[in-house]
Amino acid sequence: MMASIQPHRVRPGRGTELLLLVPALGIGIAGYVLAGLGVTDQVPPHAVAYAVGTTVLALVVHVVLRLRAPYADPVILPVVVALNGLGLGMISRISLAYAARGRADSGFADRQLAWTAISVALAVGVLLLLRDHRTLRRYTYTAMVAALALIVLPLLPVIGQTVNGARIWVRVGPVGMQPAEFAKIALAVFFAGYLVTHRDTLALAGKKVLGLQLPRARDLGPILLVWGVSLLVLVGQRDLGTSLLFFGLFVAMLYLATERTSWVVIGLLLFVGGAIAAAATFAHVGARFDVWLRALDQDVYGREFGGSYQVVQGLFGMANGGLFGTGWGQGRPDLVPYAESDFIIASIGEELGLTGLLAVLLLYTVLAERGLRTAIGVRDGFGKLLAGGLSFVVAFQLFVVVGGVTRIIPLTGLTTPFLAYGGSSLVANWIIAALLLRISDEARRPVPVVRAVPTPDIGVPVAVAGRAERADGPVRSSARTAPDDPGPRPDDRPTEHIGGDDR
Amino acid sequence: MNTPLRRLATLVLVMFVALMGSASWVQFGQAGDLNTDPRNARTLYREHGNARGPIVAGGEAIAASVPVDDPFGYQRTYANGELYSAVTGFYSIANGRSQLERAANDQLTGRGDQLFFSRIRDLLTGRRPEGAAVETTILPAAQQAARTALGDQQGAVAAIEPSTGRILALVSTPGFDPNVLAVHSTSEASARYAELDAAEGNPLRSNATQERYAPGSTFKLVTAAAALESGAYGPETGVPSPVQLTLPQTSATIGNFGGSSCGGDEVSLAEALRVSCNTAFANLGLTLGEDALREQAERFGFDGGELTIPTQVVQSVFPTDLDPPSLAQTAIGQRDVAATPLQVAMISAAIANGGQVMRPYLVETVRAADLTVVSQTDPETLSTAVSAETASALTQMMVGVVESGTGRSARLPGVQVAGKTGTAETVPGEPPHAWFTAFAPAEAPRVAVAVIVENGGNLGNEATGGQVAAPVARAVIEAVLAS
Repeated sequence: MMASIQPHRVRPGRGTELLLLVPALGIGIAGYVLAGLGVTDQVPPHAVAYAVGTTVLALVVHVVLRLRAPYADPVILPVVVALNGLGLGMISRISLAYAARGRADSGFADRQLAWTAISVALAVGVLLLLRDHRTLRRYTYTAMVAALALIVLPLLPVIGQTVNGARIWVRVGPVGMQPAEFAKIALAVFFAGYLVTHRDTLALAGKKVLGLQLPRARDLGPILLVWGVSLLVLVGQRDLGTSLLFFGLFVAMLYLATERTSWVVIGLLLFVGGAIAAAATFAHVGARFDVWLRALDQDVYGREFGGSYQVVQGLFGMANGGLFGTGWGQGRPDLVPYAESDFIIASIGEELGLTGLLAVLLLYTVLAERGLRTAIGVRDGFGKLLAGGLSFVVAFQLFVVVGGVTRIIPLTGLTTPFLAYGGSSLVANWIIAALLLRISDEARRPVPVVRAVPTPDIGVPVAVAGRAERADGPVRSSARTAPDDPGPRPDDRPTEHIGGDDR
Repeated sequence: MNTPLRRLATLVLVMFVALMGSASWVQFGQAGDLNTDPRNARTLYREHGNARGPIVAGGEAIAASVPVDDPFGYQRTYANGELYSAVTGFYSIANGRSQLERAANDQLTGRGDQLFFSRIRDLLTGRRPEGAAVETTILPAAQQAARTALGDQQGAVAAIEPSTGRILALVSTPGFDPNVLAVHSTSEASARYAELDAAEGNPLRSNATQERYAPGSTFKLVTAAAALESGAYGPETGVPSPVQLTLPQTSATIGNFGGSSCGGDEVSLAEALRVSCNTAFANLGLTLGEDALREQAERFGFDGGELTIPTQVVQSVFPTDLDPPSLAQTAIGQRDVAATPLQVAMISAAIANGGQVMRPYLVETVRAADLTVVSQTDPETLSTAVSAETASALTQMMVGVVESGTGRSARLPGVQVAGKTGTAETVPGEPPHAWFTAFAPAEAPRVAVAVIVENGGNLGNEATGGQVAAPVARAVIEAVLAS
């Protein structure tokens, strides 16, 4: 079994990372300066401070990686820095346009800069405090409780707030946040921990019908729970996008854990059924479908509420950009409602053109594929599931947003990871990036030739934690075998043996 | 679980390829339709975001875009808006555009085909495209003289340089101030537009080019031309001129102005024109026939379709299938024959130019922002209306009109003016429209002009073309000759 992993020299890649950070920072700084030049005909007054600030932020992460995760993937950080920089440039460009139009809400560029600093600080915190991603497995059920709490939070009176029809905000004093952005991380941790323990049960038990391995009824419990939570989000918070995101995350991770297509089919059927029922029952969901399918029809366009005005304005903007874009500050992205957040992709498409937009999409492709590569490379099942789930959730969120803007799927209100204005989104995605970096360090670290004694923080506490948090249930049986975990294994097998007997 | 991870990676790739496909579809495949969608305000914003070229008359900008500190970046301003409103028209975010602002929009925005290379250069250098300047043929002194002479009377003036077709003055009253429509506040601009649209005299329409009137006795120039061209008539050929002419097949009669005699039962063609004898010209029309009259009218430009100067000029029309009474009335410019003031000016201009009708034009040159001339209008013959001999004979007859006939108020010291009055009956009970068309100097014409003062102007029922319209024409001629 050990022979299946070939020992080979792995370059840590920090030098590559540093090299890649140069163009990544360059894109963001050039965007910021050009946006200022384009809108106001002068270099932004704080351009130098801005350039130094963003460079320092990126270098801090780089240095922390050198010290604490030397084998981390060298591409993830530059891609994230480039996307964040592009986002900052575009947000400052739009805030300048708002300011020129005398709008009161034009100060958001500085806030986003502050949020970037906070995000980087938190990402560094994650890298420093979380020495081994497997530690998170101890908190599987804590994560579940946290996720549910975060999802329910906006529904609470006083702190919960309805903005534009969606009840997804929590506001305490001056600080507002969208807890769903953090809930997706907690959910990914919970799913990874839960599924790595129960994957065999879910995969193997049950009858085969029409070539599909159907799960047993009792194993359906958790999936129905998550489906219920998704519907709660859909109905209670009127947030189609987040609901779709949670459910997509769950189905993807379920598939990763069990390799059973039946779960995907069941999951899709449940969601499509739920969505159709919701579309028929709730006017606001039905209207989304109208906007999707008949956006350019005058009667849909002209609706005072729930019409296609925003989508069509976004399309106009992107069409205006054409192949090469108007250039920074030369278009009118500010004509699209929420050009700085939900529709920042349309703003990029307008000013940087199809060329720029495709480049941005390629950056996301690289990010997602590097994350999935990390999942393939890491040796423990929990890490695989977590890295796979987190990579997928970023990719899927982008798909839902850009697909909505370009009308592949109905428009839902989600933010574009790293690009869009919004503190919660930025912080959450930087934490995801930090987690991926942490896992990739483990994935790419050379395997010690001999590992005589398992280190205490691998394997043992994970299983114990599972028992500690949940006194009964199938986890217990796994605890017996977990301490014998011999370390690296051919990575297509479960790390922990659960066996056929789950009682 | 590496196999599902690889499949998931493939799925992610498929999703992203789908996104790239849909983005390409929006930004490339669908872009043309989206960019021309009438709901897409970007086209308008893009124009307003760039410096729109000025409209120039006599070296001065009569319409210009000045930088302002608002989201549009530029405000269209009209230095003497009301005076030139029939030339520039308006340029309004809320209400679109009219006249030159509309017809020369491609040049003014810098998007015209002739400006292709400046566009490419702007694209490569990243410079904001600037519109081209549209230099008009308008002579400010003539425009001002026409406007002042019309005063608060409703009407129009069109003046042409006969040898080229350059339009020297184009005035319509009441005019409007385009500045009030150019304001960026959509609600305010819309309100002003609604006011102007409902206002008395339809100020937003140019009476000089977009309104057709019965040409009245000025049409006798066409009838006289047809007679001379037929070969059967000379200026001294006698024409029956009873005090009253009973129209064939009816008991209705045509009389002369004030029921007077034309100076005998038969007068010469020249004399008939001098005193504007209705019965003589009605007889002439009946004799020449519908086809000869129509052919002559068409050679002057009637029924020639819309003219583009480059603003749109409605077609002047000669009616069809005339019974004899209608033919008799048409020959003196009544009934269904209808002409724009510009068309009437073209009749005088053709006579002044030896019978050649020059295509009238309003734009002299289009000059790019770097001052290079991108296009220049060359004079072009539209048609040959009459022979040089006929033109010369008509000129002498028209000189007689001004020297001793109905058009004496257009006399100018030291200059021979050739002209023709007209008084066109309108709706019964309403005062007639007063016409005057002329050119001068008769021997070497520099300007041909047509004036209409609606409903008799300040004189009302007592008005004739000679009293009300001729002084206006004289003022314009004076201004042109003084320049």
